[in-house]
Amino acid sequence: MSETAILFKSVSRHFGEIKAVDNIELEIQDGEFFSMLGPSGSGKTTCLRMIAGFDRPTSGQIILYGQDVSNLPPYERSVNTVFQDYALFPHMTVEDNIGYGLMIKGMAKPERKKLVDEMLGLVQLPNFGGRKPSQLSGGQRQRVALARALINHPKVLLLDEPLGALDLKLRQQMQVELKNIQRKVGITFIFVTHDQEEALTMSDRIAVFSAGKIEQVGTPAEVYEHPSTTFVAGFVGTSNLVSGVVANRITGSPKQFSVRPEKIHLAKADDRIGDDMFVADGTVRDVVYLGLFTRYLVELEGGGDLVVVEQNLNTTSMDVTRAKNQKVRLLWKKEHVSYVGG
Amino acid sequence: MLNRLSTFFYLRQRLVLALFLVPPLLWFLVVYIGSLITLLINSFFYLDGFTGQVVREFTTKTYMKLLLPTNLQIFARTTLMAVLVTIACVIIAFPLSYYMARFASPRLKTWLYLAVTLPLWTSYVVRVYSWKLILAQEGIISWLAGIVHLDGLLNWYLSNETVGGPSLSVSPTGIFLVFVYIWLPYMIIPIQTALERVPRSLIEASGDLGATPAQTFRTVIMPLAFPGVVAGSIFTFSLTLGDFIVPQLFGTSSFYIGKAVLTYQGTSGNIPLAAAFTMGPIVIMITYLLIARKLGAFDAL
Repeated sequence: MSETAILFKSVSRHFGEIKAVDNIELEIQDGEFFSMLGPSGSGKTTCLRMIAGFDRPTSGQIILYGQDVSNLPPYERSVNTVFQDYALFPHMTVEDNIGYGLMIKGMAKPERKKLVDEMLGLVQLPNFGGRKPSQLSGGQRQRVALARALINHPKVLLLDEPLGALDLKLRQQMQVELKNIQRKVGITFIFVTHDQEEALTMSDRIAVFSAGKIEQVGTPAEVYEHPSTTFVAGFVGTSNLVSGVVANRITGSPKQFSVRPEKIHLAKADDRIGDDMFVADGTVRDVVYLGLFTRYLVELEGGGDLVVVEQNLNTTSMDVTRAKNQKVRLLWKKEHVSYVGG
Repeated sequence: MLNRLSTFFYLRQRLVLALFLVPPLLWFLVVYIGSLITLLINSFFYLDGFTGQVVREFTTKTYMKLLLPTNLQIFARTTLMAVLVTIACVIIAFPLSYYMARFASPRLKTWLYLAVTLPLWTSYVVRVYSWKLILAQEGIISWLAGIVHLDGLLNWYLSNETVGGPSLSVSPTGIFLVFVYIWLPYMIIPIQTALERVPRSLIEASGDLGATPAQTFRTVIMPLAFPGVVAGSIFTFSLTLGDFIVPQLFGTSSFYIGKAVLTYQGTSGNIPLAAAFTMGPIVIMITYLLIARKLGAFDAL
């Protein structure tokens, strides 16, 4: 029932021999907070640039709300971008930066001023209109860049790693704020990031990119709980991959599987093993006490490692470090296993 | 021993700083500022017309002489020439600088840099003389005009008193052409540098916000390149104001400031008047820089 905001129809972008984007199919819904997640060079930024119009596909089509925009210049698309380096015009005041799009459209100054002031309120920078970008902090520039894009009421807002340059605390604060602003304005956000945590916390859906292809598209929970490839299992969260003989001994199938560290329990003597559980025996090789929880590295019998994370509900650092080199039994529910190809 | 010396200086960084700064400061103060002050003082003396001796008495008589119509005309002529040369340099330099900064591959850019600066490796006088050949009555331009049967047009142009003369090599137009050629590199490099410093993302952002390439050029690229244009124009403008070789070689009988200074201090020994003449370009340059500042050319500094 919801409208399709963006549709990639077998889109490729080649730079000489390099296939930056390789035959991608993708559908993004209207009003979605959609993240493109992947390491650098995976093609996510090229996809974003093709939606914005800074780059054109070598082949395939990009449809924006039913219109083929593959060959339209940026200034003929109702899409706006928040750049990684913010790209604020250094010779203009904050007010003129935010009002730039409206000025280009020919809106009169008093009218513009009203809308700019509204925007400054939305991004919580009232009374900053007269300043130059050089007089702002990184977080403030970020907000100005956001306001400058949003004031044009684009159909889609593109964000190119906008939080990358901010320190951790400010980044977390901006994550919440961005999400709130998106709910308020109801515009489709497309967010490019290499930070899996950021993608998981903010997105409605995530596309995981690798080497110019999309590995998996899904909700944060789907991508995290049920990664469909080894790459996704490794890139989103800690990968716990088991394959071959050892996998056969545990699950009865040699198919490679992944299980998240927090889903595994260190079995106690009186633990009953249900039909819905998998069991594996091993030896604790390493223990890292992290306050809130402890991370164990367990070497499985027959080879391979599993990382296990347990909360320190009743244990202290003294207790957990004693576990080193002890034999342990690991338990986890069958439903937490994802069989991954590749 | 050497170690102890290093430690001695390491612990006295102000002394090190002083040792480094004193020679250039002395040079600057004595040679630059000192000679300017001498010039200023001399301009308030006057030449006794009867004895031909410089009289070392304070007077504004010499400056009054500057206000004679012929001398005012020299200032006006030179300033107009400097303005025209600067404008022509901007018009020619901008597209090339823009191409170098935004489109040329790194390899091509190196070659273009070389091509722009290469003329500076040879003597200025040699290059100026070579233009004498190009512009002479039997030179390349007249010859070309003859081939395409435009010699009539050229002669008509030269007969025009304000721009022409006996031949292109003896005319204000000739001076203009040579000045533009000689100072062009000084305009290309600063504009290119300014354009190079405009991040690509700013241009993309402008397009992203709905601006057509023409609008982006007007509202983003031009304002950001403006300091470079001003920097280049300071070179072309001041160099044209002070130059005496080109007007000497290509000029008709009309004087330019540099030639006037040369004549007054060399031929007629009227050092006070020559000094007063030199104050002219300084005042013009100060005015020019004040206008440039008003236009915001130095905001980025």
